[in-house]
Amino acid sequence: MFAETFYEAGQTNPRLCAVVADISPAGAMTKFSQAFPERFINTGVAEQIMIGMCAGMALRGLRPFAYTIATFTLFRPFEFVRDDLCYHNLPVTIVGIGGGVTYSTLGSTHHAQEDIAVASALPNMAVIAPCDPAETRAATLWCVDQERGPVYMRLGKAGEPDLTSQAEAPFEFGKIRYLQRGRDVCIIGYGPILKLGKELAAKFEAHGRSVSLISAHTLKPLDVDGITEALNAHRQVVVIEEMSPHGGLGAQVKQIAWDIRASCRLDAFSLRDAFIHNYGSHKDLLAAHGLDLETLSAQLGLAA
Amino acid sequence: MSQAHSRAIKPVGLDAAAARQRCLGYRRRILEISQQVTALHIAPAFSCLEMVDVVYHDLMRRDAGSSPPVFLDSFVISKGHGCLSQYVILEDFGVLTRADLDCYCTPAGRLGAHPDYGVPGMEASTGSLGHGMGICTGMAYAEKIQRRDRNIYVVLSDGEMQEGSTWESMMMAANLGLGNLIALLDLNDFQGMGRTSVTHPKFYPILDKVQAFGWDAAEVNGHDAAAIYDAVNSRQAGRPFFLVGRTVKGRGVSYMENAPIWHYRSPSREEYQQALDELKEISS
Repeated sequence: MFAETFYEAGQTNPRLCAVVADISPAGAMTKFSQAFPERFINTGVAEQIMIGMCAGMALRGLRPFAYTIATFTLFRPFEFVRDDLCYHNLPVTIVGIGGGVTYSTLGSTHHAQEDIAVASALPNMAVIAPCDPAETRAATLWCVDQERGPVYMRLGKAGEPDLTSQAEAPFEFGKIRYLQRGRDVCIIGYGPILKLGKELAAKFEAHGRSVSLISAHTLKPLDVDGITEALNAHRQVVVIEEMSPHGGLGAQVKQIAWDIRASCRLDAFSLRDAFIHNYGSHKDLLAAHGLDLETLSAQLGLAA
Repeated sequence: MSQAHSRAIKPVGLDAAAARQRCLGYRRRILEISQQVTALHIAPAFSCLEMVDVVYHDLMRRDAGSSPPVFLDSFVISKGHGCLSQYVILEDFGVLTRADLDCYCTPAGRLGAHPDYGVPGMEASTGSLGHGMGICTGMAYAEKIQRRDRNIYVVLSDGEMQEGSTWESMMMAANLGLGNLIALLDLNDFQGMGRTSVTHPKFYPILDKVQAFGWDAAEVNGHDAAAIYDAVNSRQAGRPFFLVGRTVKGRGVSYMENAPIWHYRSPSREEYQQALDELKEISS
Protein backbone atom coordinates (compact mmCIF):
# COMPACT_ATOMS: atom_id res chain seq x y z
CA MET A 1 0.00 0.00 0.00
CA PHE A 2 2.92 2.33 0.66
CA ALA A 3 4.23 1.91 -2.86
CA GLU A 4 0.82 2.43 -4.49
CA THR A 5 0.20 5.56 -2.47
CA PHE A 6 3.69 6.88 -3.08
CA TYR A 7 3.35 6.32 -6.82
CA GLU A 8 0.03 8.11 -6.79
CA ALA A 9 1.43 11.06 -4.85
CA GLY A 10 4.46 11.15 -7.13
CA GLN A 11 2.23 11.92 -10.08
CA THR A 12 1.19 15.27 -8.67
CA ASN A 13 4.21 16.09 -6.51
CA PRO A 14 7.33 16.49 -8.66
CA ARG A 15 9.54 16.88 -5.58
CA LEU A 16 8.94 13.31 -4.37
CA CYS A 17 11.89 10.99 -4.84
CA ALA A 18 12.64 7.42 -3.79
CA VAL A 19 16.18 6.54 -2.78
CA VAL A 20 16.38 2.81 -2.27
CA ALA A 21 19.23 0.48 -1.36
CA ASP A 22 19.02 -2.67 -3.44
CA ILE A 23 15.49 -3.59 -2.50
CA SER A 24 13.61 -5.45 -5.18
CA PRO A 25 11.31 -2.81 -6.66
CA ALA A 26 8.22 -4.96 -6.56
CA GLY A 27 4.75 -3.83 -7.49
CA ALA A 28 4.07 -0.16 -7.57
CA MET A 29 7.65 0.84 -6.74
CA THR A 30 8.49 -0.46 -10.22
CA LYS A 31 5.77 1.74 -11.62
CA PHE A 32 7.27 4.73 -9.82
CA SER A 33 10.77 3.92 -11.08
CA GLN A 34 9.52 3.57 -14.65
CA ALA A 35 7.32 6.65 -14.58
CA PHE A 36 9.89 8.87 -12.86
CA PRO A 37 13.32 7.42 -13.59
CA GLU A 38 15.16 10.54 -12.43
CA ARG A 39 13.32 10.50 -9.14
CA PHE A 40 14.09 6.87 -8.39
CA ILE A 41 17.66 6.16 -7.30
CA ASN A 42 19.04 2.81 -6.31
CA THR A 43 22.29 3.23 -4.38
CA GLY A 44 22.85 -0.51 -4.32
CA VAL A 45 24.19 -2.12 -1.17
CA ALA A 46 25.26 1.25 0.17
CA GLU A 47 23.01 2.55 2.90
CA GLN A 48 25.15 5.45 4.08
CA ILE A 49 24.94 7.16 0.72
CA MET A 50 21.22 6.35 0.59
CA ILE A 51 20.75 8.54 3.67
CA GLY A 52 23.43 11.08 2.76
CA MET A 53 21.92 11.64 -0.67
CA CYS A 54 18.47 12.08 0.85
CA ALA A 55 19.91 14.84 3.03
CA GLY A 56 21.53 16.65 0.12
CA MET A 57 18.42 16.30 -2.02
CA ALA A 58 16.22 17.65 0.77
CA LEU A 59 18.63 20.57 1.25
CA ARG A 60 18.07 21.41 -2.41
CA GLY A 61 14.28 21.32 -2.37
CA LEU A 62 13.37 17.70 -3.06
CA ARG A 63 11.37 15.45 -0.75
CA PRO A 64 13.15 12.11 -0.73
CA PHE A 65 12.00 8.87 0.85
CA ALA A 66 14.71 6.37 1.83
CA TYR A 67 13.31 2.90 1.40
CA THR A 68 14.67 -0.51 2.25
CA ILE A 69 14.46 -3.26 4.88
CA ALA A 70 13.96 -1.62 8.27
CA THR A 71 17.23 -2.69 9.84
CA PHE A 72 19.21 -1.36 6.86
CA THR A 73 17.43 1.99 6.88
CA LEU A 74 18.34 2.75 10.45
CA PHE A 75 21.01 0.59 12.05
CA ARG A 76 23.49 0.31 9.21
CA PRO A 77 23.61 4.06 8.42
CA PHE A 78 22.74 5.20 11.93
CA GLU A 79 25.12 8.13 12.23
CA PHE A 80 24.00 9.41 8.83
CA VAL A 81 20.40 9.33 10.02
CA ARG A 82 21.46 11.16 13.16
CA ASP A 83 23.77 13.80 11.67
CA ASP A 84 22.56 14.24 8.10
CA LEU A 85 18.82 14.03 8.69
CA CYS A 86 18.10 14.75 12.35
CA TYR A 87 20.80 17.32 13.11
CA HIS A 88 19.86 19.20 9.95
CA ASN A 89 16.17 18.59 10.72
CA LEU A 90 15.31 17.75 7.13
CA PRO A 91 11.91 16.59 5.85
CA VAL A 92 13.07 13.14 4.76
CA THR A 93 11.00 10.03 5.36
CA ILE A 94 12.78 6.79 6.16
CA VAL A 95 10.58 3.86 5.25
CA GLY A 96 11.65 0.72 7.04
CA ILE A 97 9.89 -2.30 5.67
CA GLY A 98 9.59 -5.54 7.58
CA GLY A 99 9.83 -3.93 11.01
CA GLY A 100 10.00 -6.15 14.07
CA VAL A 101 10.47 -9.82 13.20
CA THR A 102 8.49 -9.75 9.95
CA TYR A 103 11.32 -11.45 8.06
CA SER A 104 10.75 -14.52 10.13
CA THR A 105 13.00 -16.92 8.29
CA LEU A 106 15.96 -14.61 7.73
CA GLY A 107 17.43 -14.49 11.21
CA SER A 108 18.25 -11.61 13.51
CA THR A 109 20.35 -9.70 10.98
CA HIS A 110 17.07 -8.92 9.23
CA HIS A 111 14.99 -8.15 12.30
CA ALA A 112 14.35 -4.62 13.51
CA GLN A 113 13.48 -5.42 17.11
CA GLU A 114 14.70 -2.13 18.59
CA ASP A 115 14.04 0.32 15.76
CA ILE A 116 11.30 2.30 17.50
CA ALA A 117 13.48 2.91 20.57
CA VAL A 118 16.54 3.79 18.50
CA ALA A 119 14.66 6.14 16.18
CA SER A 120 12.74 7.73 19.06
CA ALA A 121 15.97 8.56 20.87
CA LEU A 122 16.99 10.95 18.09
CA PRO A 123 16.14 14.65 18.48
CA ASN A 124 13.81 15.97 15.74
CA MET A 125 12.83 12.49 14.61
CA ALA A 126 9.15 11.58 14.36
CA VAL A 127 8.27 7.90 14.51
CA ILE A 128 5.17 6.32 13.06
CA ALA A 129 4.01 2.75 12.58
CA PRO A 130 0.66 2.25 10.84
CA CYS A 131 -1.16 -1.01 11.43
CA ASP A 132 -2.94 -1.88 8.20
CA PRO A 133 -3.09 -0.92 4.51
CA ALA A 134 -5.55 1.93 4.97
CA GLU A 135 -3.58 3.44 7.83
CA THR A 136 -0.37 3.00 5.84
CA ARG A 137 -1.96 4.94 3.01
CA ALA A 138 -2.99 7.76 5.34
CA ALA A 139 0.40 7.86 7.05
CA THR A 140 2.20 7.89 3.70
CA LEU A 141 0.11 10.80 2.48
CA TRP A 142 0.96 12.65 5.68
CA CYS A 143 4.68 11.97 5.15
CA VAL A 144 4.45 13.22 1.58
CA ASP A 145 3.15 16.60 2.67
CA GLN A 146 4.92 17.13 5.98
CA GLU A 147 7.64 19.73 6.39
CA ARG A 148 8.35 19.30 10.09
CA GLY A 149 11.52 17.18 9.80
CA PRO A 150 12.73 13.60 9.58
CA VAL A 151 10.30 10.71 9.99
CA TYR A 152 10.91 7.04 10.55
CA MET A 153 7.95 5.05 9.28
CA ARG A 154 7.98 1.41 10.25
CA LEU A 155 5.98 -0.86 7.98
CA GLY A 156 5.28 -4.56 8.02
CA LYS A 157 4.99 -6.28 4.69
CA ALA A 158 2.22 -6.43 2.14
CA GLY A 159 -1.00 -8.27 2.83
CA GLU A 160 -1.91 -7.17 6.35
CA PRO A 161 -5.62 -7.50 7.16
CA ASP A 162 -7.89 -4.51 7.51
CA LEU A 163 -8.14 -3.23 11.08
CA THR A 164 -9.14 0.38 10.70
CA SER A 165 -12.23 0.45 8.49
CA GLN A 166 -14.45 0.64 11.59
CA ALA A 167 -12.28 3.25 13.31
CA GLU A 168 -14.24 6.19 14.63
CA ALA A 169 -11.73 8.78 13.38
CA PRO A 170 -9.25 9.07 10.52
CA PHE A 171 -5.47 8.86 10.95
CA GLU A 172 -4.14 11.99 12.54
CA PHE A 173 -0.41 12.39 13.13
CA GLY A 174 0.38 12.62 16.83
CA LYS A 175 -3.02 11.30 17.99
CA ILE A 176 -3.97 7.84 19.14
CA ARG A 177 -6.80 6.30 17.19
CA TYR A 178 -9.63 4.22 18.62
CA LEU A 179 -10.33 1.27 16.33
CA GLN A 180 -13.15 0.34 18.66
CA ARG A 181 -14.28 1.89 21.90
CA GLY A 182 -15.31 0.02 25.06
CA ARG A 183 -15.60 0.67 28.79
CA ASP A 184 -13.60 -1.92 30.71
CA VAL A 185 -10.39 -2.92 29.02
CA CYS A 186 -8.15 -0.95 26.66
CA ILE A 187 -5.65 -2.62 24.36
CA ILE A 188 -3.02 -0.30 22.89
CA GLY A 189 -0.51 -1.19 20.22
CA TYR A 190 0.90 -0.16 16.87
CA GLY A 191 1.76 -1.81 13.60
CA PRO A 192 0.54 -5.15 12.26
CA ILE A 193 0.56 -6.77 15.72
CA LEU A 194 -2.71 -4.97 16.34
CA LYS A 195 -4.22 -7.99 14.57
CA LEU A 196 -3.26 -9.92 17.70
CA GLY A 197 -4.69 -7.03 19.70
CA LYS A 198 -8.00 -7.50 17.96
CA GLU A 199 -7.99 -11.23 18.72
CA LEU A 200 -7.19 -10.44 22.33
CA ALA A 201 -10.07 -7.95 22.39
CA ALA A 202 -12.42 -10.70 21.19
CA LYS A 203 -11.13 -12.93 23.98
CA PHE A 204 -11.84 -10.26 26.60
CA GLU A 205 -15.27 -9.75 25.05
CA ALA A 206 -15.96 -13.46 25.32
CA HIS A 207 -15.31 -13.00 29.03
CA GLY A 208 -17.93 -10.30 29.15
CA ARG A 209 -15.67 -7.29 29.02
CA SER A 210 -16.25 -4.20 26.94
CA VAL A 211 -12.99 -3.47 25.11
CA SER A 212 -11.29 -0.50 23.48
CA LEU A 213 -8.63 -1.07 20.84
CA ILE A 214 -6.19 1.73 20.05
CA SER A 215 -3.71 2.21 17.25
CA ALA A 216 -0.91 4.33 18.75
CA HIS A 217 0.51 4.79 15.26
CA THR A 218 2.55 7.85 16.23
CA LEU A 219 5.20 6.73 18.69
CA LYS A 220 6.95 10.08 18.68
CA PRO A 221 5.58 12.53 19.52
CA LEU A 222 3.37 10.26 21.59
CA ASP A 223 -0.17 11.43 22.32
CA VAL A 224 0.29 11.81 26.08
CA ASP A 225 -3.17 13.34 26.55
CA GLY A 226 -4.81 10.51 24.65
CA ILE A 227 -2.91 7.84 26.61
CA THR A 228 -3.78 9.63 29.86
CA GLU A 229 -7.44 9.62 28.96
CA ALA A 230 -7.29 5.90 28.08
CA LEU A 231 -5.56 5.08 31.39
CA ASN A 232 -8.19 7.00 33.32
CA ALA A 233 -11.18 5.65 31.41
CA HIS A 234 -10.49 1.92 31.71
CA ARG A 235 -10.00 -0.45 34.62
CA GLN A 236 -7.43 -2.46 32.71
CA VAL A 237 -4.93 -1.44 30.03
CA VAL A 238 -2.83 -3.83 27.97
CA VAL A 239 0.03 -2.66 25.75
CA ILE A 240 1.32 -5.00 23.06
CA GLU A 241 4.15 -4.21 20.74
CA GLU A 242 6.47 -5.98 18.35
CA MET A 243 9.54 -4.25 19.73
CA SER A 244 12.18 -4.55 22.39
CA PRO A 245 10.96 -4.03 25.98
CA HIS A 246 13.25 -1.00 26.20
CA GLY A 247 12.23 2.43 25.06
CA GLY A 248 9.00 1.51 23.36
CA LEU A 249 5.31 2.14 23.86
CA GLY A 250 4.99 -0.09 26.94
CA ALA A 251 7.73 1.79 28.78
CA GLN A 252 6.20 5.13 27.87
CA VAL A 253 2.66 4.16 28.86
CA LYS A 254 3.99 2.95 32.22
CA GLN A 255 5.79 6.24 32.67
CA ILE A 256 2.64 8.20 31.95
CA ALA A 257 0.68 5.91 34.30
CA TRP A 258 3.13 6.70 37.09
CA ASP A 259 3.06 10.42 36.36
CA ILE A 260 -0.73 10.58 36.55
CA ARG A 261 -0.97 8.04 39.42
CA ALA A 262 -3.17 5.81 37.29
CA SER A 263 -5.16 3.21 39.18
CA CYS A 264 -5.90 0.76 36.38
CA ARG A 265 -4.25 -2.62 35.99
CA LEU A 266 -1.51 -2.21 33.41
CA ASP A 267 0.31 -4.98 31.54
CA ALA A 268 2.85 -4.50 28.75
CA PHE A 269 3.90 -7.23 26.35
CA SER A 270 6.73 -6.92 23.85
CA LEU A 271 9.41 -8.87 22.07
CA ARG A 272 11.99 -10.26 24.47
CA ASP A 273 15.28 -8.48 25.01
CA ALA A 274 17.04 -11.24 23.12
CA PHE A 275 18.13 -12.36 19.71
CA ILE A 276 16.31 -15.56 19.05
CA HIS A 277 17.44 -18.35 16.81
CA ASN A 278 14.01 -19.52 15.70
CA TYR A 279 12.57 -19.63 12.22
CA GLY A 280 9.13 -20.09 10.77
CA SER A 281 6.16 -17.85 10.03
CA HIS A 282 5.89 -14.34 11.41
CA LYS A 283 3.33 -15.74 13.83
CA ASP A 284 5.80 -18.43 14.90
CA LEU A 285 8.46 -15.83 15.62
CA LEU A 286 6.09 -13.68 17.67
CA ALA A 287 5.03 -16.77 19.61
CA ALA A 288 8.68 -17.55 20.32
CA HIS A 289 8.82 -14.12 21.97
CA GLY A 290 5.63 -14.83 23.90
CA LEU A 291 3.41 -12.72 21.68
CA ASP A 292 0.60 -15.15 20.87
CA LEU A 293 -3.02 -15.30 21.93
CA GLU A 294 -2.57 -18.32 24.16
CA THR A 295 0.36 -16.90 26.13
CA LEU A 296 -1.19 -13.47 26.49
CA SER A 297 -4.54 -14.95 27.54
CA ALA A 298 -2.87 -17.06 30.19
CA GLN A 299 -0.92 -14.11 31.56
CA LEU A 300 -4.05 -11.97 31.62
CA GLY A 301 -6.16 -14.59 33.34
CA LEU A 302 -8.30 -15.30 30.30
CA ALA A 303 -7.65 -19.02 30.10
CA ALA A 304 -10.03 -21.06 27.99
CA MET B 1 20.82 19.55 -18.43
CA SER B 2 23.49 21.91 -19.58
CA GLN B 3 26.55 21.42 -17.45
CA ALA B 4 27.79 24.96 -17.81
CA HIS B 5 31.35 25.36 -16.72
CA SER B 6 32.89 28.03 -14.59
CA ARG B 7 35.23 28.48 -17.52
CA ALA B 8 32.38 29.80 -19.62
CA ILE B 9 30.97 31.94 -16.88
CA LYS B 10 34.18 33.26 -15.39
CA PRO B 11 35.98 35.04 -18.19
CA VAL B 12 38.07 36.97 -15.70
CA GLY B 13 41.11 34.95 -14.74
CA LEU B 14 42.33 34.49 -11.24
CA ASP B 15 44.45 37.22 -9.69
CA ALA B 16 47.04 35.07 -7.92
CA ALA B 17 48.71 38.02 -6.19
CA ALA B 18 45.38 39.09 -4.71
CA ALA B 19 44.72 35.53 -3.55
CA ARG B 20 48.10 35.38 -1.80
CA GLN B 21 47.45 38.65 -0.08
CA ARG B 22 43.99 37.60 1.05
CA CYS B 23 45.27 34.33 2.46
CA LEU B 24 47.98 36.14 4.42
CA GLY B 25 45.26 38.25 6.01
CA TYR B 26 43.13 35.17 6.70
CA ARG B 27 46.01 33.40 8.43
CA ARG B 28 46.55 36.45 10.62
CA ARG B 29 42.88 36.58 11.49
CA ILE B 30 42.80 32.88 12.38
CA LEU B 31 45.79 33.38 14.65
CA GLU B 32 44.08 36.34 16.25
CA ILE B 33 41.00 34.22 17.01
CA SER B 34 43.29 31.59 18.49
CA GLN B 35 44.11 33.95 21.32
CA GLN B 36 40.51 33.83 22.56
CA VAL B 37 40.12 30.07 23.00
CA THR B 38 42.25 27.24 24.27
CA ALA B 39 41.55 24.65 21.62
CA LEU B 40 40.87 25.08 17.96
CA HIS B 41 41.95 23.73 14.63
CA ILE B 42 44.49 26.16 13.22
CA ALA B 43 46.67 23.74 11.29
CA PRO B 44 43.80 21.98 9.45
CA ALA B 45 42.47 25.40 8.39
CA PHE B 46 45.88 26.57 7.19
CA SER B 47 46.34 23.53 4.97
CA CYS B 48 43.11 23.99 3.02
CA LEU B 49 43.01 27.80 3.10
CA GLU B 50 44.11 28.46 -0.49
CA MET B 51 41.62 25.94 -1.86
CA VAL B 52 38.73 27.38 0.14
CA ASP B 53 39.79 30.89 -0.88
CA VAL B 54 39.86 30.08 -4.60
CA VAL B 55 36.49 28.36 -4.41
CA TYR B 56 34.80 31.29 -2.69
CA HIS B 57 36.50 34.15 -4.48
CA ASP B 58 37.10 32.82 -7.96
CA LEU B 59 35.00 29.73 -8.65
CA MET B 60 31.62 30.12 -6.98
CA ARG B 61 29.21 32.28 -8.89
CA ARG B 62 27.48 35.09 -7.05
CA ASP B 63 24.29 36.96 -7.59
CA ALA B 64 25.56 40.20 -9.11
CA GLY B 65 25.05 43.21 -6.92
CA SER B 66 23.99 41.47 -3.73
CA SER B 67 25.75 42.56 -0.58
CA PRO B 68 26.72 40.55 1.35
CA PRO B 69 27.00 38.24 -1.64
CA VAL B 70 24.43 35.56 -2.35
CA PHE B 71 26.27 32.55 -3.73
CA LEU B 72 24.58 30.63 -6.51
CA ASP B 73 26.90 27.67 -6.15
CA SER B 74 27.32 25.74 -2.93
CA PHE B 75 30.24 25.08 -0.65
CA VAL B 76 30.49 22.40 2.02
CA ILE B 77 33.57 21.79 4.11
CA SER B 78 33.38 18.06 4.71
CA LYS B 79 36.48 18.29 6.90
CA GLY B 80 34.47 20.34 9.34
CA HIS B 81 37.48 20.89 11.59
CA GLY B 82 38.93 23.15 8.90
CA CYS B 83 36.00 25.56 9.10
CA LEU B 84 38.04 28.48 10.45
CA SER B 85 39.17 28.89 6.85
CA GLN B 86 35.54 29.25 5.83
CA TYR B 87 34.67 31.54 8.74
CA VAL B 88 37.37 34.12 8.00
CA ILE B 89 36.48 34.19 4.32
CA LEU B 90 32.77 34.62 5.07
CA GLU B 91 33.67 37.39 7.50
CA ASP B 92 35.59 39.06 4.69
CA PHE B 93 32.51 38.81 2.46
CA GLY B 94 30.28 40.16 5.23
CA VAL B 95 28.22 36.97 5.42
CA LEU B 96 29.50 36.52 8.98
CA THR B 97 30.20 39.49 11.20
CA ARG B 98 33.32 40.46 13.06
CA ALA B 99 31.37 39.90 16.27
CA ASP B 100 30.56 36.36 15.12
CA LEU B 101 34.23 35.50 14.86
CA ASP B 102 35.15 37.37 18.01
CA CYS B 103 32.68 35.17 19.90
CA TYR B 104 33.96 31.95 18.32
CA CYS B 105 33.32 28.97 20.60
CA THR B 106 31.90 31.11 23.40
CA PRO B 107 28.40 31.16 24.92
CA ALA B 108 27.78 34.57 23.37
CA GLY B 109 28.50 33.37 19.85
CA ARG B 110 27.03 31.07 17.24
CA LEU B 111 30.19 29.69 15.65
CA GLY B 112 31.63 26.44 16.93
CA ALA B 113 34.66 24.41 15.99
CA HIS B 114 32.57 22.65 13.34
CA PRO B 115 30.09 24.23 10.91
CA ASP B 116 26.46 24.26 11.99
CA TYR B 117 23.75 24.34 9.33
CA GLY B 118 21.54 27.36 9.81
CA VAL B 119 24.37 29.75 10.59
CA PRO B 120 24.78 32.07 7.58
CA GLY B 121 27.00 30.49 4.96
CA MET B 122 26.93 27.02 6.48
CA GLU B 123 25.21 24.80 3.95
CA ALA B 124 25.69 21.59 5.94
CA SER B 125 26.67 20.57 9.44
CA THR B 126 29.85 18.57 9.35
CA GLY B 127 32.43 17.48 11.89
CA SER B 128 31.99 13.74 11.74
CA LEU B 129 34.15 12.74 8.80
CA GLY B 130 32.81 11.02 5.74
CA HIS B 131 29.50 12.87 5.53
CA GLY B 132 30.16 15.80 3.21
CA MET B 133 30.62 13.83 0.03
CA GLY B 134 27.27 12.07 0.43
CA ILE B 135 25.36 15.24 1.20
CA CYS B 136 27.00 17.01 -1.74
CA THR B 137 26.23 14.11 -4.05
CA GLY B 138 22.58 14.51 -3.10
CA MET B 139 22.74 18.28 -3.57
CA ALA B 140 24.41 17.97 -6.97
CA TYR B 141 21.89 15.38 -8.12
CA ALA B 142 18.97 17.52 -6.93
CA GLU B 143 20.29 20.52 -8.86
CA LYS B 144 20.77 18.38 -11.93
CA ILE B 145 17.27 16.88 -12.05
CA GLN B 146 15.69 20.22 -11.24
CA ARG B 147 17.53 21.61 -14.27
CA ARG B 148 19.38 24.26 -12.30
CA ASP B 149 22.88 25.23 -13.30
CA ARG B 150 24.52 25.05 -9.88
CA ASN B 151 27.89 23.69 -8.89
CA ILE B 152 28.57 22.02 -5.56
CA TYR B 153 32.07 22.36 -4.10
CA VAL B 154 33.21 20.10 -1.28
CA VAL B 155 36.54 20.14 0.56
CA LEU B 156 37.66 16.84 2.03
CA SER B 157 40.46 15.76 4.32
CA ASP B 158 42.76 12.90 3.46
CA GLY B 159 41.78 11.28 6.76
CA GLU B 160 38.19 10.99 5.62
CA MET B 161 39.24 9.21 2.46
CA GLN B 162 39.53 6.26 4.88
CA GLU B 163 35.77 6.38 5.51
CA GLY B 164 33.83 3.83 3.47
CA SER B 165 30.98 6.31 3.15
CA THR B 166 33.22 8.64 1.10
CA TRP B 167 33.71 5.87 -1.44
CA GLU B 168 30.02 4.95 -1.47
CA SER B 169 29.39 8.56 -2.44
CA MET B 170 32.12 8.59 -5.06
CA MET B 171 30.72 5.44 -6.63
CA MET B 172 27.29 7.06 -6.78
CA ALA B 173 28.40 10.49 -8.02
CA ALA B 174 30.24 8.93 -10.96
CA ASN B 175 27.24 6.75 -11.87
CA LEU B 176 25.00 9.78 -11.85
CA GLY B 177 27.35 11.78 -14.09
CA LEU B 178 27.45 14.69 -11.69
CA GLY B 179 29.45 17.20 -13.71
CA ASN B 180 28.37 19.84 -11.21
CA LEU B 181 30.18 18.19 -8.28
CA ILE B 182 33.72 19.37 -7.58
CA ALA B 183 35.66 17.82 -4.72
CA LEU B 184 38.93 19.27 -3.45
CA LEU B 185 41.10 17.04 -1.30
CA ASP B 186 43.32 18.64 1.32
CA LEU B 187 46.12 16.08 1.10
CA ASN B 188 48.19 17.22 4.05
CA ASP B 189 49.19 13.65 4.95
CA PHE B 190 48.04 13.97 8.54
CA GLN B 191 45.28 12.53 10.67
CA GLY B 192 44.81 12.38 14.43
CA MET B 193 47.53 9.85 15.17
CA GLY B 194 50.09 10.88 12.60
CA ARG B 195 50.73 10.58 8.90
CA THR B 196 47.92 9.12 6.79
CA SER B 197 50.53 7.53 4.54
CA VAL B 198 51.87 5.64 7.54
CA THR B 199 48.41 4.53 8.68
CA HIS B 200 47.57 3.23 5.22
CA PRO B 201 50.78 3.02 3.21
CA LYS B 202 49.23 0.89 0.44
CA PHE B 203 46.44 3.38 -0.16
CA TYR B 204 48.58 5.99 -1.90
CA PRO B 205 48.58 7.61 -4.38
CA ILE B 206 44.92 8.71 -4.22
CA LEU B 207 44.62 10.03 -7.76
CA ASP B 208 44.46 6.67 -9.53
CA LYS B 209 41.85 5.34 -7.08
CA VAL B 210 39.63 8.30 -7.76
CA GLN B 211 40.04 7.95 -11.52
CA ALA B 212 39.29 4.25 -11.23
CA PHE B 213 35.93 5.20 -9.70
CA GLY B 214 35.06 7.11 -12.86
CA TRP B 215 35.91 10.63 -11.77
CA ASP B 216 37.85 13.17 -13.74
CA ALA B 217 40.77 14.11 -11.52
CA ALA B 218 43.95 16.15 -11.31
CA GLU B 219 46.68 16.77 -8.75
CA VAL B 220 48.23 20.13 -7.98
CA ASN B 221 50.05 21.98 -5.24
CA GLY B 222 47.15 22.81 -2.93
CA HIS B 223 48.66 26.14 -1.88
CA ASP B 224 48.97 27.39 -5.45
CA ALA B 225 45.83 29.38 -6.20
CA ALA B 226 46.44 29.60 -9.93
CA ALA B 227 47.04 25.86 -10.22
CA ILE B 228 43.85 25.11 -8.28
CA TYR B 229 41.85 27.50 -10.41
CA ASP B 230 43.21 26.24 -13.70
CA ALA B 231 42.74 22.59 -12.78
CA VAL B 232 39.09 23.06 -11.83
CA ASN B 233 38.40 25.07 -14.96
CA SER B 234 40.02 22.48 -17.17
CA ARG B 235 37.78 19.68 -15.96
CA GLN B 236 35.78 17.47 -18.27
CA ALA B 237 32.06 17.93 -18.71
CA GLY B 238 29.55 15.38 -17.49
CA ARG B 239 31.70 13.79 -14.79
CA PRO B 240 32.39 14.74 -11.20
CA PHE B 241 35.80 16.31 -10.71
CA PHE B 242 38.27 15.55 -7.96
CA LEU B 243 41.25 17.76 -7.27
CA VAL B 244 44.04 16.31 -5.17
CA GLY B 245 45.69 19.31 -3.53
CA ARG B 246 49.04 18.49 -1.97
CA THR B 247 49.26 20.64 1.12
CA VAL B 248 51.23 21.15 4.30
CA LYS B 249 49.37 20.99 7.56
CA GLY B 250 49.88 24.25 9.44
CA ARG B 251 51.26 25.91 6.27
CA GLY B 252 52.70 29.35 6.95
CA VAL B 253 53.95 28.98 10.51
CA SER B 254 57.16 27.01 10.75
CA TYR B 255 56.60 25.41 14.12
CA MET B 256 53.06 24.34 13.17
CA GLU B 257 53.97 22.73 9.87
CA ASN B 258 53.60 18.95 10.00
CA ALA B 259 53.43 18.99 13.81
CA PRO B 260 50.41 16.94 14.97
CA ILE B 261 50.03 18.89 18.23
CA TRP B 262 48.82 21.91 16.23
CA HIS B 263 45.76 20.02 15.12
CA TYR B 264 44.11 21.30 18.30
CA ARG B 265 46.44 23.63 20.17
CA SER B 266 46.21 27.37 20.50
CA PRO B 267 49.49 29.26 20.47
CA SER B 268 50.72 30.99 23.62
CA ARG B 269 51.29 34.73 23.52
CA GLU B 270 54.94 34.27 22.54
CA GLU B 271 54.12 31.64 19.95
CA TYR B 272 51.43 33.91 18.56
CA GLN B 273 53.89 36.76 18.17
CA GLN B 274 56.42 34.50 16.49
CA ALA B 275 53.75 33.25 14.09
CA LEU B 276 52.73 36.80 13.17
CA ASP B 277 56.36 37.76 12.63
CA GLU B 278 57.09 34.94 10.23
CA LEU B 279 53.83 34.86 8.26
CA LYS B 280 54.26 35.87 4.67
CA GLU B 281 52.53 35.35 1.37
CA ILE B 282 52.49 31.75 0.25
CA SER B 283 52.40 30.56 -3.32
CA SER B 284 53.15 26.86 -2.98
